[in-house]
Amino acid sequence: MAEPHDPRGNLVRPYAVTRGRTEPIRDIPIEAVLVASAAAVQEARFAGHDKYRIAVLCEPKAQSLAELAALTRLPLGVTRVLVADMVADGLLTLHSAAPRTGFAERMDLLGRVLGGLRKL
Amino acid sequence: MDYASSEGAGARPTEITSAKIVVAGGFGVGKTTLVSAVSEIDPLTTEAVMTSAGEGIDDASKVPGKESTTVAMDFGRITMAEDLILYLFGTPGQTRFWFMWDELIRGAVGAAVLVDTRRLTDAFAPLDYFENRHLPYLVAVNCFDGAPRYEPEEVREALAIPSRVPLLMCDARHRESAKAVLIGVVEHAMATLVAEHEGNQPTPVG
Repeated sequence: MAEPHDPRGNLVRPYAVTRGRTEPIRDIPIEAVLVASAAAVQEARFAGHDKYRIAVLCEPKAQSLAELAALTRLPLGVTRVLVADMVADGLLTLHSAAPRTGFAERMDLLGRVLGGLRKL
Repeated sequence: MDYASSEGAGARPTEITSAKIVVAGGFGVGKTTLVSAVSEIDPLTTEAVMTSAGEGIDDASKVPGKESTTVAMDFGRITMAEDLILYLFGTPGQTRFWFMWDELIRGAVGAAVLVDTRRLTDAFAPLDYFENRHLPYLVAVNCFDGAPRYEPEEVREALAIPSRVPLLMCDARHRESAKAVLIGVVEHAMATLVAEHEGNQPTPVG
């Protein structure tokens, strides 16, 4: 059914690509990065247009959930649902966000970030 | 070179850790400028669509458009090592989007609240927000050209910033200055963590 053009583009029916689901099957922090293997990209060809685009982006370079949303121009919540599905289906590997507990683990991460900033 | 690719999604051995620092402040205070000064990518924009009636509704397309709002967040990236990436997130400027701030600060290393001396009162709301959250933050006064110059202590007094919160002057356009702000955030986060840790430990005897 033809609809009038809306300048908001993809944002008109944001959850149409997730078939109306608004809750991801697992929570993924916006900064957590995802990686796809070459084999997974091939497999993602059959997972639908948006999932395939996401897989292609994650093959050469690890991308955060935020980057995937920005690069696909899909809203964050929609991207999170799709990415969570893809992790469950083995199309993407989810890497870890910074540790939130454990003194030694957190100090270690902060020290590495500090070193990285000083080298910039 | 691609000998590992046949092993599927788990073939890359390294666990990649990502961290984030939040750059907060009022509208037009230089958040995106600071992010672009240090980011390896041109800042990207992520949009979150918030629908007031969206929760639990199977067909979100039935939610009238006027009840949905798009919140934009700009962010940058610094790849520090093969297994370590730092993201810098600018908060949405308008205070009505504070529900997004809660998601942004979750798990963050710390935050910098940018202040413009020409519009000091714009800083009250963001400062209030961080005073009531458990996240280390500092205040960075962005020295705009032609803006009134104040001593750091004058700004601290005007904004009632507690003495335990670091305050520094910066020029968000310059890489070294933006770097210094981020280094300040991480150093403050480390000092806060150490103080909390020591607070929970019995004082060593002798």
